[in-house]
Amino acid sequence: MDIKNADFTSIFNVASLQNRHLVDLHWFTLAICVLIAFVVTGLLIAVIAKFRTPENDDGSEPRQIQGNIRLEIIWTAIPLLIVTVLGVLTAIVMLVVNPPVGNKQPDVVVIGHQWWWEYRYPKLGVTTANEFYLPVGKNTLFEFRSADVVHSFWVIAFGQKMDAIPGHPTNMWVHPIKTGKFLGTCSEYCGAQHGLMRIIANVVPQEEFDTWIEKQRAVPEQPTDPAAVRGKELFNSATCVECHRVAGNEDAQALIGPDLTHIAQRETLGTGVLANNTENLKKWMQNPQTFKPGVNMPKMRLTDEEAQDIAVYLESLK
Amino acid sequence: MTGGTIHTHKPVNWLAEVPEYQGILSWLTSIDHKQLGILYILSAFGFLVVGALMGLTIRLQLMFPMSHVVSQEVYNQIFTMHGTTMVFFVGMPLLFGFAVYLTPLMIGARDMAFPRLNSFGYWVYLFGAIMLFFSFLSGGAPAAGWFAYPPLSEKGYLFNNGQNYWALSLFVTGIGSVATGVNLIVTILTMRAPGMTLKRVPLFVWMILMDGFLVVFSLPALNAALVMILFDRTLNTKFFDATVGGSPLLWQHFFWFFGHPEVYILILPGWGAISEVIPVFSRKLLFGAGVMAASTVAITFLSFGVWVHHMFAAGLGFAPLYIFAVTSLLIAVPTGIKVWSWLATMWGGKLRFTVAMLHAMAFLIQFTIGGLSGVAFAVIPLDWQLTDSYFVVAHFHYVLVGGMLFSLISGVYYWYPKVTGRMMSETLGKWQFWLMVFGFNGTFFVMHILGVLGMPRRVWTYPLGMPGWAELNFFSSCWSFVLVASMLLFLYNLVWSFYHGKIAGPNPWNAWTLEWLADSPPIGENFERVPVVRSRRPLWDLQFGSGGDGEHHA
Ligand code: HEC
Ligand code: HEM
Ligand SMILES: [Cu+2]
Ligand SMILES: [Cu+2]
Repeated sequence: MDIKNADFTSIFNVASLQNRHLVDLHWFTLAICVLIAFVVTGLLIAVIAKFRTPENDDGSEPRQIQGNIRLEIIWTAIPLLIVTVLGVLTAIVMLVVNPPVGNKQPDVVVIGHQWWWEYRYPKLGVTTANEFYLPVGKNTLFEFRSADVVHSFWVIAFGQKMDAIPGHPTNMWVHPIKTGKFLGTCSEYCGAQHGLMRIIANVVPQEEFDTWIEKQRAVPEQPTDPAAVRGKELFNSATCVECHRVAGNEDAQALIGPDLTHIAQRETLGTGVLANNTENLKKWMQNPQTFKPGVNMPKMRLTDEEAQDIAVYLESLK
Repeated sequence: MTGGTIHTHKPVNWLAEVPEYQGILSWLTSIDHKQLGILYILSAFGFLVVGALMGLTIRLQLMFPMSHVVSQEVYNQIFTMHGTTMVFFVGMPLLFGFAVYLTPLMIGARDMAFPRLNSFGYWVYLFGAIMLFFSFLSGGAPAAGWFAYPPLSEKGYLFNNGQNYWALSLFVTGIGSVATGVNLIVTILTMRAPGMTLKRVPLFVWMILMDGFLVVFSLPALNAALVMILFDRTLNTKFFDATVGGSPLLWQHFFWFFGHPEVYILILPGWGAISEVIPVFSRKLLFGAGVMAASTVAITFLSFGVWVHHMFAAGLGFAPLYIFAVTSLLIAVPTGIKVWSWLATMWGGKLRFTVAMLHAMAFLIQFTIGGLSGVAFAVIPLDWQLTDSYFVVAHFHYVLVGGMLFSLISGVYYWYPKVTGRMMSETLGKWQFWLMVFGFNGTFFVMHILGVLGMPRRVWTYPLGMPGWAELNFFSSCWSFVLVASMLLFLYNLVWSFYHGKIAGPNPWNAWTLEWLADSPPIGENFERVPVVRSRRPLWDLQFGSGGDGEHHA
């Protein structure tokens, strides 16, 4: 799906304080590299222009020079100097961007699943999936875990990426400096749908973030609309509840698939593959395989009416 | 070829007429390093076609967003097989082919130290390669990428047999590679012509010697890891299963302990070829040959200490990461020395722009670009941005195609007359060269930008509306046709020239190393008589009496 309201995806779109440091270092390194590439290309062009064998060559051999110690020292020393500078800058930027975490509690725990993301805010008691929010202007500590294979979390405009490895929790700091919607994709190959394991990050002002958290914490009201009531029953009797959780619905407490407690608040379905509306929800649950072949949600045998009712129920989960 | 028989050779000036090589059986049973070298190289080119067609399939699938040329299942198998094929069944045999063909000739030996081991290495490689392709028929090729990270490569996630074939096949070829590595080391250390001290071996041979050490010390790490994953998959061991105390990171360490030296294994023979081609077509001694050799030794050592740069985003903590950043940055220095020395060799020479030389010059620029993007990855914060994106795909194709393949194609143009007795067509060669330069850079340069715009590697497809992705992918895909066409033209040239090329004679380029003393093609035991070697350029000495090592110049 074409997510139109997102910010430009580029590592040079600086959306976090960390990425500002990365981008500064990036320009510096790029300048050096381009300079070296030009010197090499320039020398090669000069050599080609100056030293081609002349038409009327006498066949004699040119001077056979063994080497030149001074030159060799120069072209060892200058690169050594350059990499030393880069090495020092590397250390500084690494420590600035990702200072040691110690035993600080993470603000957001991201768990990679084949092929969707679970987001937990342990300090705020919120669990959600696939679309997450961050307050602007606050340094946020992330922790990454994996429920199955290795994934990697990369919101492009935040700069860094970090792997989510089973049995090896990792950390990363993100200090957003710009509001907006920022996109990413899982960037460690993780199987069939690696390419559509998208990441959607919303950076909002603190107040808006607080409201979002409030809404996430609230248990959705029990459905009253007859279609939604039927939908809930179907949802509970069909196998949906084997995999999904909906707070306030005792039967639906499984954590294999994304938490659907506030599914109606999301803009997209299936990590940004489809726009979230009743029509798409119906299509998705009838056969998610058409949108994300190989996905870990089976094709459900549901009639159109049943799917419609479940969709109405899910869309009532605000 | 049996000891004691004295045969006076009738002059044969074409490979097809060599009496010992008549009949398919003479090839199947050969223990002659020249025949095995040719077999290696031909097999590599065969797999290059297969791998290139898979590369083209990848590009076709990515030509448009959300397209369905192949299913995601097939795509994942194709890129896994593309990478595996290119590294293990094209790169490795190509370098072994060059190495076993040329090494004995360049050091004035009759054959490799262990001719039977040499043949074992080749056949084991071919067997392993065919076994891997057999997996397509057995219900599915491997699909975990060429570095097959567990847990994805475990049977809980990829349960068809493909992954088992992958591990077994690489295990088998790995054994062959180690055997050939040992063989090359022993040959170079013990079978050099009289007077050829290690200081006087051609640079190509130096590179091969170091390559031998790299192979012998790095491949066992891969093989150990392969055994572990095979056991995990078939015997239910839990080496890489974090849920019961195993560690997925363990695989990453083992794999990259092999994987980084592997990239040097692949590039060293190319450097060796360039270090022969550039001097001959500049009519000059290689500049700073001693420093060149020393920098290769430095690279060999350092390359065992940089593997964690493939794991910079794995959250290993500051100190371990930083140490590997330092070593990775350092390795750029000896690599840079090489580029400067090649340029300095050309400076003040009399350049002849043969097709071999053209490829060498394109190599210089393309390899420099690949090297510089490599430096960017050593700067850890930049690695955090760019690793596992299309920037990486661009980087390693600049090194492997723009570097390794261009340099070895340069080597093919250079040594083809020696091997077959005929010259390659320079006209076809120039067409091929320009098509390849444009095809290669057109396909891969824009991938740097795709990486910067956030496109991850190994994605089966990508969503609509990502800025620039559709346009750049389309552009890259179009040029990939030109690239593959140029490869086919190259192979056509190989065949055409075999029948129609000019007869070359022993030393068509007026080159200086020992292989040019032998007949073209060299027959039987290579040399009638080997002169006592007194410098790096024995044929220069033969022509001028002395001066093979050039003059000092402060
Ligand atoms: C076998 C487990 C399983 C069953 C049964 C299952 N799902 Fe799913 N479901 C998943 C998984 C896994 C995903 C995540 C797919 C992805 O994006 O990779 C998912 C995703 C979804 C989503 C999209 C969530 C989001 O955040 O985008 C909806 C909606 C959904 N399922 C509804 C249902 C309904 C309704 C049923 C019953 C008719 C059902 N599921 C049955 C596993 C299951
Ligand atoms: C014929 C021209 C080629 C084309 C069009 C091509 C194209 C590609 C593309 C697009 C990818 C990325 C796939 C992905 O990440 O989804 C790729 C991966 C790769 N290519 Fe090539 N390539 C070509 C030749 C080569 C050569 C000659 C080599 C090495 C000698 C090579 C080695 C690799 C490797 C190692 C990978 C990584 C595979 C993996 O991620 O597991 N390629 N190639
Ligand atoms: Cu993933
Ligand atoms: Cu490496």
